[in-house]
Amino acid sequence: MNLREYFAFLMVMAGVTFLLRAVPFVLLKGKLSNPFVKSFLAYIPCTVLAAMTVPAIFYSTDSMLSGVLALVTAVVASLFRFGLVGVALVACCTVLFIDGLWPMFF
Amino acid sequence: MFLKGVKDGLPIGIGYFAVSFSFGIAGSKFMSWFLVTFISMTNLTSAGQFAGLNIMVDAAGTFLEMAIATFFINLRYSLMAITLSQKVSSDFTTPYRLLLATGITDEIFAVSMAQQNRVTPRYFFGLMVLPYIGWSLGTLTGAVSGEILPSWITNALGVALYGMFVAIVVPPCKKHLSTLIVVLVAIALSLAFKYVPVLQGVSYGFSIIICAVVASLFGAMFFPVKESDDEP
Repeated sequence: MNLREYFAFLMVMAGVTFLLRAVPFVLLKGKLSNPFVKSFLAYIPCTVLAAMTVPAIFYSTDSMLSGVLALVTAVVASLFRFGLVGVALVACCTVLFIDGLWPMFF
Repeated sequence: MFLKGVKDGLPIGIGYFAVSFSFGIAGSKFMSWFLVTFISMTNLTSAGQFAGLNIMVDAAGTFLEMAIATFFINLRYSLMAITLSQKVSSDFTTPYRLLLATGITDEIFAVSMAQQNRVTPRYFFGLMVLPYIGWSLGTLTGAVSGEILPSWITNALGVALYGMFVAIVVPPCKKHLSTLIVVLVAIALSLAFKYVPVLQGVSYGFSIIICAVVASLFGAMFFPVKESDDEP
């Protein structure tokens, strides 16, 4: 990717995002009442994040083992309500242990 | 009013710093710290930016794919913008709306809607200042760290963003069985796009769009969200 492509992609991404926010904010009045559309939009954040995380997390580190275990520990930490930063730290420490420390001693 | 907004925005700004720090780390693998930071400064979205970054660096990525992926991932902001337009004061005129529309994010929206009074341009501007700074500065710090830290540390920090995604997805799944089922559908589709030979040709951006749209349509059809709980 060269600099020209970067700016072209950036303009598409930033432009679409801005229009999605600004156009309804300026033009639309009244509440959205269609329950189907509301439900669809309510599910989008979770489905996007889930699809982006699995299986990409398996390939995001030096070994697949650390990626898989990071997902497991992150889910467990989330069930215990560790919070955003807490869960991220647990996942990072898992990878640090599996890829960083484990090979040093074993 | 401006200062009250700044105060209310502080916790959001701190949270954004942490999330965008890991976005900066992720981006530093592909481009210089300046270019990564500029993505954050012009977009102010989490999932949308991350998908966008991956489409950008994907050799097969196209502008159409970028536009469609960004559209679906960020479509929820339109819903928030419609709702917020009911809540703003009468002096929140069109020029202000154009200038401040970028501040419509999940968290800033939630805090605005929780206000007793109508939301004024001054308050909204105050509210978005620290999250914007936190988001940009976090990306910058992450991208610079990604460039200077040793690889065994950046390797571990690379999962931070995914960890945060998990932290956002799991709690609503624990609360509602319907959300868990919809999320599992999305994951099953995502795995299919990775491992089923016929589907492997589909590029990153389109596979994310298809997984999210199909799973969400499935959810909207079989488990419509009730009025009371906005977040599934």
